Amino acid sequence: MADLTQYCTFHVAHLFLGIDVHAVQEVMRPLEMTPVPLATPSVMGLINLRGQIVTAVDLRRRLSLPERPPDQEPMNVVMRTDDGAVSLIVDEIGDVIEVTTDAWERVPDTLQGEARTLIKGVYKLQDQLLLILDTSRVALPEPSLAAV
Amino acid sequence: MLLRLNDAVRGMLQRIEEQGNEGNEDYSALIDTLAALSDGQSVAIAPPVAEALPTEAEIQAALEDAADLNACEDACEPPRLGEILVDQGLVYPADVAAAVHEQTQGANARVGEILVARGSTNSDAVKQALAAQQDARGGHVAEGSIRVDVALLDRLMNLVGELVLARNQIIQSSATRSDSALLGTTQRLNLITSELQEGVMKTRMQPIGNVWSKFPRVVRDLAVTCGKQVAIQMEGANTELDKTIIEAIKDPLTHIVRNSVDHGIESPRDRVLADKSPEGRLFLRAFHEGGQVNIEISDDGAGIDPARLRTKAVDKGLLTPEAAAKLSDRESLNLIFAPGFSTAAKITNVSGRGVGMDVVKTNIEKIGGTVDVASTVGAGTTLRIKIPLTLAIIPALVITSAGERFAIPQVSLLELVRMEHEEARQKIEMIYDKPVYRLRGKLLPLVHLNHTLNLEATPWPNEPGAKDEAISIVVLQTDGMPFGLVVDRIMDTEEIVVKPLGKQLKGITTFAGATIMGDGRVALILDVHGLAARADVLAVERERAASDARDEQKASGEMTQTLLVFSGGGDSRMAIPLSEVARLEEFAPDIVERTGHHEVVQYRGSIMPLLRLARVLELPEAELAPEALLQVIVIRHETQHVAVVVDRIVDVVEVAVTVHQRRRPGVVLGSTVIQGRVTDLLDVRQLVKTVNEDFLAVTELAGASHG
Repeated sequence: MADLTQYCTFHVAHLFLGIDVHAVQEVMRPLEMTPVPLATPSVMGLINLRGQIVTAVDLRRRLSLPERPPDQEPMNVVMRTDDGAVSLIVDEIGDVIEVTTDAWERVPDTLQGEARTLIKGVYKLQDQLLLILDTSRVALPEPSLAAV
Repeated sequence: MLLRLNDAVRGMLQRIEEQGNEGNEDYSALIDTLAALSDGQSVAIAPPVAEALPTEAEIQAALEDAADLNACEDACEPPRLGEILVDQGLVYPADVAAAVHEQTQGANARVGEILVARGSTNSDAVKQALAAQQDARGGHVAEGSIRVDVALLDRLMNLVGELVLARNQIIQSSATRSDSALLGTTQRLNLITSELQEGVMKTRMQPIGNVWSKFPRVVRDLAVTCGKQVAIQMEGANTELDKTIIEAIKDPLTHIVRNSVDHGIESPRDRVLADKSPEGRLFLRAFHEGGQVNIEISDDGAGIDPARLRTKAVDKGLLTPEAAAKLSDRESLNLIFAPGFSTAAKITNVSGRGVGMDVVKTNIEKIGGTVDVASTVGAGTTLRIKIPLTLAIIPALVITSAGERFAIPQVSLLELVRMEHEEARQKIEMIYDKPVYRLRGKLLPLVHLNHTLNLEATPWPNEPGAKDEAISIVVLQTDGMPFGLVVDRIMDTEEIVVKPLGKQLKGITTFAGATIMGDGRVALILDVHGLAARADVLAVERERAASDARDEQKASGEMTQTLLVFSGGGDSRMAIPLSEVARLEEFAPDIVERTGHHEVVQYRGSIMPLLRLARVLELPEAELAPEALLQVIVIRHETQHVAVVVDRIVDVVEVAVTVHQRRRPGVVLGSTVIQGRVTDLLDVRQLVKTVNEDFLAVTELAGASHG
């Protein structure tokens, strides 16, 4: 029996993504957000999480996916990082899934670009693939705009 | 003699402190010296006892200091046995010294045992002293202070910050209700929170002495290197400051102190010549005043000569001679904070590398402080630093722009200006596309927050499409440069809790952090310096922007022309293309010289003909006071520079030129309408030609005899 790992999963556009459940602080309905002018496009704004100021990163933009339709209400997945909490804006929350390490595989080489650096690996589930995000990288701004 | 002894002991103390441990070698060295001193005293016991006594007392005090210092390093270090014995007058310091010396030489016994063995004291006394030592050990624990992890304090501070915000929210919502019980509770909550906040802030406070304690060593080392004698005095070392601020001012303070010793205080010989005591005095003072902490660093050295600063600034090309002449002494002194400025005649490894004081100023301004210098030639220099008590909670002005709220730290705020639309249309003028406002006669560059942050392309009041509404200008200052920030609305001032931004936003220099407002929403805190840099307000940035604009102008094929409008004499308005203008200058009338019947000035190492426009055009000349500066446009035509004296520079405008009619052929090319007034366009080529016809030969001749 291989080791079990738990992942908190969510949907972003057509992708089924997951992050280590231990990294997740909480999942929240959308909060009032303050946009940050001049910030990289993926930064949607700042939210007040019980007195803590948390940066919200739109995963669609971060992963270079098409914009979310306006009528769709996004969700916040607040995760802990080394320097404070970061909220990932996703389309829909999935379950917490337990997977075995033998279902894990590296990202195929055909996947290139920014997305490749953000996705650590793939779990082959029965009916779909679960992409595991590199939490520390996702929280960072896009390299192309970081220098501005 | 006494001072030298004291210095020697102090030096050793400092070394012990530096090494941060017990420093056995040093300690024994100290003891050796002490022993030598005691011997010296017993030999010279006949001379006045009064002189010997203070020495001993000082040594004793120094010994205790050493113990104290060690005690600081290692919270529970008790006094040494030998010291207790000496304190109680049971043994002579020399005996203890000898015993300790023996111990460090390898005798594997306790100080007390050695003392008893040497017959310096009896075992009862040692036992008594040991008991006292035990007491002291216990005493330290019972003193009522404990060590707390700084991270824990930071967390507490954060929590209190959140509590303050929660309180603000409750106060806001309870204000709309008429429940007296709730109001009462809110009131109490308000009070308790304020007190708690104050208390927690206090836990982070540290005496400034923590930073200063290093200075005696720094000063002494430096004084020895420079061959000077400097005594350092401190007052108000227990003035408390927030931990983060203490850390932030450590380096600037050290720099200032080093500067004072290296540049401020003269060599002993010069001091004696100047009728001062050979030993220089450095005085540090800290005190609270009006919610701020003032730190003064003064020396009784040579002082700073404002005239020398002005000359230096001109030499370095930081200022034109005219601008330098206009500076007051006080303004001149502040030149030491200009980047790349150093008056040190020689560069030492200590200071004078020209990277000093501007960095000091920047660092102090970064934490919301100010630094000011006052100096009297021959009597000394005082640097005064004002810094806020804490950084965590600051007063700020809340404004809105494009529907978002922003907070501006109050420290950089100068004043607020509000104008109705009609007034704004007239009072806001444009230089190129950059708006300026005349604030009490000085041009204040304006920056629109909406533009700078790419929020909205709000037009300026005098541009088409501007809405008929009042305009609010927040006058801010950074790096000594005032500028006006145009915002949509000015709300209120509030105490805000500064919270850092996440890593994703660290690269944006326009924001200093974020805060949570009373309604629970996040608002960004503007970084005035970053904002100014982004809006090209800062001098260097602005010059670059202007030259960029000129290049663009050339590239765009001159569909429109940029003209310099001036008054040439009488009421006439004239213009020449700005591209022909090399510089605008102000000349003092006494630098105008004559060659033949031409007026000339020496300009950048060559002779430049001076042309009085009014005379060329036969217009009435303005009556000038004899000492009034001449307004001069330096025109460059091919390689020739010509100075054209005009009455007044009016403006720089960008217009599509349509020459309406051609009048007198010659210098005036024609007329056009600029800003609703008829303006003569001058033909620069003709203008230069009128000079050249009989001047060129003169220039060459004069040049030959000159060089």
